[in-house]
Amino acid sequence: MRHIVIIGNGIAGITAARHLRKLSDDKITVVSSETEHFFSRTALMYIYMGHMKYENTKPYEDWFWKKNKIDLLNAHVESVDTSQKKLLISNGDTISYDVLIVATGSKSNKFGWPGQDLIGVQGLYSYQDLVEMENRTKGIKKAVVVGGGLIGVEMAEMLLSRGIEVSFLVREKSFWNNVLPIQDAQLITRHLRAHHVDLKLETELKEILPDENGRVKSVVTSSGESISCQFVGLTVGVSPNVDFLRGSGVEIKRGVLVNEFLETNIRDVYAIGDCVERNYELPGRRNIEQVWYTGRMMGEVVAQTICGKKTKYQPGPWFNSAKFFDIEYQTYGQVGNRLGSSEDEFYWEHAGGEKAMHFIWNKETRKFLGINAFGIRLRHECFDRWLREGRDIKYVIDHLPEANFDPEFFVRHEEEIQKHFSSTNVIAA
Amino acid sequence: MRLIRIIGLALFLAAFGLFLSLFFASEFTLTKEIFSDNVKPEHQESLLPMMEPLFGKKFGTSVSFSNTLADAVESVNNQFRQQQLWEKVIYDDYVGGLTRASLTGIVRDQALLLMILVFGVGALGALMFILPKANLEPAGIKNNGIFFHALNNRGWIGVLIGTLLIIFYIFLYFYDAYIVNWIVLVDPLKKWIDPNGSSSQWFLYGFLYTFAVVVMGVRMIIKYRHSRYQIFRTISVMFFQLALAFLLPEILVRLNQPYFDFKNMWPLDYDFFDAWHINMLTTAGGLGIFMFAWGITLFVIGVPVFVYFFGKRWYCSWVCGCGGLAETAGDPFRHLSDKSLKAWKIERWLIHGVLVFAVIMTAAVIYNFATGTSSFLGLDTYNHLRKPYGFFIGAIFSGVVGTGFYPFMGNRVWCRFGCPLAAYLGFVQRFKSRFRITTNGGQCISCGNCSTYCEMGIDVRWYAQRGQNIIRSSCVGCGVCSSVCPRGVLNLEVKDEKGRFGQPVLLGNNIESN
Repeated sequence: MRHIVIIGNGIAGITAARHLRKLSDDKITVVSSETEHFFSRTALMYIYMGHMKYENTKPYEDWFWKKNKIDLLNAHVESVDTSQKKLLISNGDTISYDVLIVATGSKSNKFGWPGQDLIGVQGLYSYQDLVEMENRTKGIKKAVVVGGGLIGVEMAEMLLSRGIEVSFLVREKSFWNNVLPIQDAQLITRHLRAHHVDLKLETELKEILPDENGRVKSVVTSSGESISCQFVGLTVGVSPNVDFLRGSGVEIKRGVLVNEFLETNIRDVYAIGDCVERNYELPGRRNIEQVWYTGRMMGEVVAQTICGKKTKYQPGPWFNSAKFFDIEYQTYGQVGNRLGSSEDEFYWEHAGGEKAMHFIWNKETRKFLGINAFGIRLRHECFDRWLREGRDIKYVIDHLPEANFDPEFFVRHEEEIQKHFSSTNVIAA
Repeated sequence: MRLIRIIGLALFLAAFGLFLSLFFASEFTLTKEIFSDNVKPEHQESLLPMMEPLFGKKFGTSVSFSNTLADAVESVNNQFRQQQLWEKVIYDDYVGGLTRASLTGIVRDQALLLMILVFGVGALGALMFILPKANLEPAGIKNNGIFFHALNNRGWIGVLIGTLLIIFYIFLYFYDAYIVNWIVLVDPLKKWIDPNGSSSQWFLYGFLYTFAVVVMGVRMIIKYRHSRYQIFRTISVMFFQLALAFLLPEILVRLNQPYFDFKNMWPLDYDFFDAWHINMLTTAGGLGIFMFAWGITLFVIGVPVFVYFFGKRWYCSWVCGCGGLAETAGDPFRHLSDKSLKAWKIERWLIHGVLVFAVIMTAAVIYNFATGTSSFLGLDTYNHLRKPYGFFIGAIFSGVVGTGFYPFMGNRVWCRFGCPLAAYLGFVQRFKSRFRITTNGGQCISCGNCSTYCEMGIDVRWYAQRGQNIIRSSCVGCGVCSSVCPRGVLNLEVKDEKGRFGQPVLLGNNIESN
């Protein structure tokens, strides 16, 4: 019986633990200093907004771990000794392992701004961040959020739900325009403004100024504007949380480098989830993918390999989703923020301005490449299949009704989309 | 807009306060005439010595008055029992009738005005509070602050409302004389529907129930105005409660037809096969016979057919009165249901236990009806079956606990743990139906909104995060899990039965098993 130790109890580490348990009788220990039990990181915002309590964000009841013989250790790993196969934890104890899985996730980026460590300046990633945010935003009137990504928009929504005014500094021309095509980004930008977010586009943070108690008092933007505020959210992305591994012999660039079996350069040490940097390319994918789903998939895969069924990490067609205030977003396949030279596109937007679909396909082969959908739910299974089968754009448009996943009685738009498509793509159709 | 809401809330609270204060509003004086008019001649002689000292004596509350009357009757009966004069013991309920007849004061004199002030102003205030929300915030899921609020999260407002509801139900079922002021308050409406009628505690209950469903139904529609599923469903329960459960039976009575709720059915309607009910329907001419046949058809054919095509929701969250109240007035408490595995285990024992109880009781009742006997398998049908069922299940479980516990255990306590009809519908849904909640590939992020807001306490996330469809006998198909899902993962669907359970596969990976 081996002792498999997993550092990190997020979605990647816990998925690995669950699958290891299904496949083996090895002793499994999950070490985390964040929370005693696994919770859904994506639900942090809902705790702050009062939609749920922390308890509600735990995907498994507390008895689950004992019943499935997954040992949970509430401790912080200081360093790893790969030659002795030992972990040094914060209370000075050591833990021996036979197999180690590093699943330590991310940490919020800070880019060396003056004042970035003041009281009331923070990112939002961990449970501790949430507690901190709860304490720092009690009774305040005004906040500034820096960085136009998914965590930034979540933070804006959280703060507004407490009646705190939000100025949102976004570097791009339109919200999330570094990921979304301009039409899509503009739709969301409008939506944020409709929700009274004071959106400052093409604006960056210059410095954060303190009051006499070392608390944030105001920020100065790249345009020279000074905004007084009592809280600053820094949401300019995250980086792999791997500093504790430096010097352990495990090869690290920005993240822990792994091969297609999620193995590191050291035998019996694996890495999964946000903290991973793949040492090989996958077409259309970045080498560090900090997404819930990839963490989960890697957890599944690494368990197979460790239990003797060597399995490559081969994620299927890309998918992701998010919700921007009231607009749900789903994406399948590859939709870049700029149309590639070999690509063609079709953008449809509903007259109400809160629903849209954006199709991308190859100009030559007409092969369907990807879709962004806003305000309309799509069936993952359909797009996964169509992308795997390499269907062309006409097929996708023709079969669009099959992929609708909206609840019963919702107004359907496929007919309009199809008409619109054939009228704008006369030559092609 | 905000000002309108504040005024609305103030109006509503004022109307509610007036309603509560009316509990204490009347005076009660028994007189010789009232006594002679309301007590059967054969009981007058024995009751008079105990009642006479009360004549002309003023009582300040219905509670003290009716308790005094009840004591008087009880002491007379005790004498009879001591003398073993069993045939003389009085079983007629004189307390309610005498209390009502002895009532004087503002409620009797100004019932219509007070009714308008309480319910007219109350409804106006509630609507002024509810409707402007549509302008104040954009449509969409807005559960902000629910877990911080003293009403929604078992805080002092929740405890207060729960306590009031529990007290109200206990009075309604067991001490109706206490709430005689409220019964008289709604008499003008009863007379408007049926000039020869007179309001009873059940008319009061039906009216309050319908009032709650309609007013809170408007709130539900405003809250979920982005979802046509929720809008249609809410309009449906409002319609069925108002038209079929409340108005139609009252109109039928006015037309000298049997009181009948066309949407209620056995075994929720547990006395449908009681001899008195069968006799009432079958002696009421063609319409009565039709009602009897309709009631049977509904549960014999209606349930399996509709559940097969639409799932249990066609009844539980589109038609049913208990469901109607839960989905409207109960919506602010839906997240309080217990999602633990333990609760699920208790649920299965309890609800199926009640179903077995209802079936045995009904079998006994039908057997007795057919054979003219009064016991079944050695059990006295009334004392061992009907009475305990009526008390523990009919009154305590479905009423006191079922509604009174909304603010403590969520809005579907009865539907989840007790309703025998829900158990029956659930069997069909679980084993022979096209209905399922589809999980959308691998999109679940385990956030927990679906489980949190499932009023039936189903751990929806447990299925969704492993990529499996949700098929549970208890699911009432309210659709709120789908509404609150931030990633568009859940969808209520009716499709081919084949493969409805689905494989627990999370799309997006190269691994086939989970």
